[in-house]
Amino acid sequence: MSDAMNQDVTPPTGATTRRTALKAVGATLGAAAFAQALAPLTEWTPNLSVAEFLQKHYRELTREQMAEILTRLENEARERYGAEVSIEDVPPADGVQFAYALNLSICIGCRKCAEACHRENNHDRSTQQSYIRVLEMEKGSIDLEKGTADYDHPVPQKDKFYMPVQCQQCDRPPCVSVCPVEATWKEKDGIVVVDYNWCIGCRYCEAACPYHARRFNWSRPQIPKEEVNPVQAYLSNRIRPQGVMEKCTFCLHRTRNGRLPACLEACPTGARVFGNLLDPKSEIRWVLENKRVFVLKEELGTRPRFYYFFDE
Amino acid sequence: MSPATIAAPSATRPVTFADHTRRYLEFLGKALGVATDGGWLFYGWMTLLTAVALVGTHAWAVQVRDGMGVTAMSDHVSWGLYIANFTFMVGLAAGGVMMVIPAYLYHDEKMHDVVIVGELLAVAAIVMCLLFVVVDLGRPDRFWHLLPGLGRFNFPISMLTWDVIVLNGYLLLNLHICGYLLYMRFLGRPPAPRWYVPFVFVSIIWAISIHTVTAFLYCGLGGRPFWNTALLAPRFLASAFVSGPAFIILALQVIRRLSSFHVGDGPIKTLLNIMRVTILINLLMVASEIFTEFYTGGSHTSAARYLYFGSHGHNALVPWIWTSVAFTVTSAAFLLCPKVHEKLWMLDIGCVLAFVGIWIEKGMGLIIPGFIPSTLHEMVEYLPNLTEWQITAGIWAFGLMVYTVVLKVALAVFTNQLRHS
Repeated sequence: MSDAMNQDVTPPTGATTRRTALKAVGATLGAAAFAQALAPLTEWTPNLSVAEFLQKHYRELTREQMAEILTRLENEARERYGAEVSIEDVPPADGVQFAYALNLSICIGCRKCAEACHRENNHDRSTQQSYIRVLEMEKGSIDLEKGTADYDHPVPQKDKFYMPVQCQQCDRPPCVSVCPVEATWKEKDGIVVVDYNWCIGCRYCEAACPYHARRFNWSRPQIPKEEVNPVQAYLSNRIRPQGVMEKCTFCLHRTRNGRLPACLEACPTGARVFGNLLDPKSEIRWVLENKRVFVLKEELGTRPRFYYFFDE
Repeated sequence: MSPATIAAPSATRPVTFADHTRRYLEFLGKALGVATDGGWLFYGWMTLLTAVALVGTHAWAVQVRDGMGVTAMSDHVSWGLYIANFTFMVGLAAGGVMMVIPAYLYHDEKMHDVVIVGELLAVAAIVMCLLFVVVDLGRPDRFWHLLPGLGRFNFPISMLTWDVIVLNGYLLLNLHICGYLLYMRFLGRPPAPRWYVPFVFVSIIWAISIHTVTAFLYCGLGGRPFWNTALLAPRFLASAFVSGPAFIILALQVIRRLSSFHVGDGPIKTLLNIMRVTILINLLMVASEIFTEFYTGGSHTSAARYLYFGSHGHNALVPWIWTSVAFTVTSAAFLLCPKVHEKLWMLDIGCVLAFVGIWIEKGMGLIIPGFIPSTLHEMVEYLPNLTEWQITAGIWAFGLMVYTVVLKVALAVFTNQLRHS
């Protein structure tokens, strides 16, 4: 066995030529097999344009570049989904700090909010994706360990209360800190957003989020064209590409244009309160000033902008 | 040198850039020859590894085309077998330093002769680390966003950017050290200490840093109580200094059997003595974590309960972690038994058990329970599927190919089969 790995580096000339020829054949076969193994990539790249590959980070784009990108994305929605959509880039306004509050005393756990989110934000149909998970909790405890999101029975159940959880739009968001490429950041109105065209899909933010608020596009979202919500924004509900992160944006395509989030409008009991913290006459301010509110996992120091409260 | 230049003795003629280039190309060309030449055992081994690597490559191409949904990962368990292997491989890369420290800090001459085996292991292991990160990316086409200068590098806030720096830096350091020493040996010249000794000392500190930074990736996350422990980085290091020496002991024995390169008993004995200490430190830290988790109780310790005993009828990781515990404890018993010095099989079994035990502990036993239960305390389990096993096996095969080839070149240089003419 000795020297089997380093056998004979200077064999006779005839053997060398034969060996070199064999090596060349081996290398060619190997290269061909390698190309064949990678062949599925050629079925993937048609979905990739050069413009998309070279696209810069959201915050480095000029107004003209953004206009071109929005047109390109609208065309892509037409080609891939057959849907006529309008995508805008709606910036945050000065003097606005968004916050959300949720009345746990009257939430009945019907999951209408999760369903509205699913439709509004053009989520993948097959996975029933939504940014909201509703937990059925035992009365007398706010320990998440005693809750379940998988309940399947008429609601509300006696001795239970219901706690919808979505992105808390933290003021100290761990997801933003961990992102290696600054693909996610906090906007000046308090909303944490993702540039779907910059995210590399490492999912570090998903590991860092203490609220299970982030979602990954494990495959290309599938939506029938008649179900596509055509009112879209670059940083929120446009149909996401495969392989990138996404999250709740407080429906910024609605709320930055003076409307309310879809989950709030869908709530049959009025458990949800949304508004501008800087507006002294807003309902959200009244809730924060008059109710005993709490935030989830306050001990982690993430400073959520999503408040929970009870009536009684 | 042509006869025309005899008048000017070559010893005094200044060596030009062209001379350097020619010599270096000669080195590379001959190295390529050695790397692709061997007996049937070598060709069989490389063909097998190529086949496995191709299966992995194909599985990865399908994963890129169809999305990460072809894996068993989910929004609940969003990192799986890839990141598990990545974490373990960082440890293996750092483990090579356990040859460098005796060789350079303690001037162990026998270790000095074979230290390159550990440094080359670091090269192969880091290449595998980088591949495990790439196959975990949802958008590998956007890899350039991570490049400092070109993309947007969230340094120093994101620990992942630190990891990019330390892993690539460690790769470059080891490539330089190995490349320089091999090239000098090829030329038949003694290496100039100033061109490698400072780098060796930097690489010692750097080896500690790669595993520390990788631990910080996880232990800095407040929302994941299972990882959020100050003991994580020390545990990473202790286990790395078990798995690294274990692999090198086995590699040294293979080298001894298959090449004419001389490997004495001294280095193996030194590595065994290191493992005897590190494996106990590692077990002590595991015990310390287990005590803290189970004596305290409460919902912060539910991941540990799930990992070791299962919870609410979910127990996918229980067999994994007890295999790891059994392997590591058995390995410790074998390695600490005085007979291990005479009975080589005891050493070999001890090393294999330690290697597999740590692979589970630093992989499936560390990454997966970080996600179970989820941050909203949902129990969603995870076991890798065929695609993930194929891609993982492919990267291991490729890493072993890299290690085989660089070792083959290095051993040919050290046994003077490959030298400047």
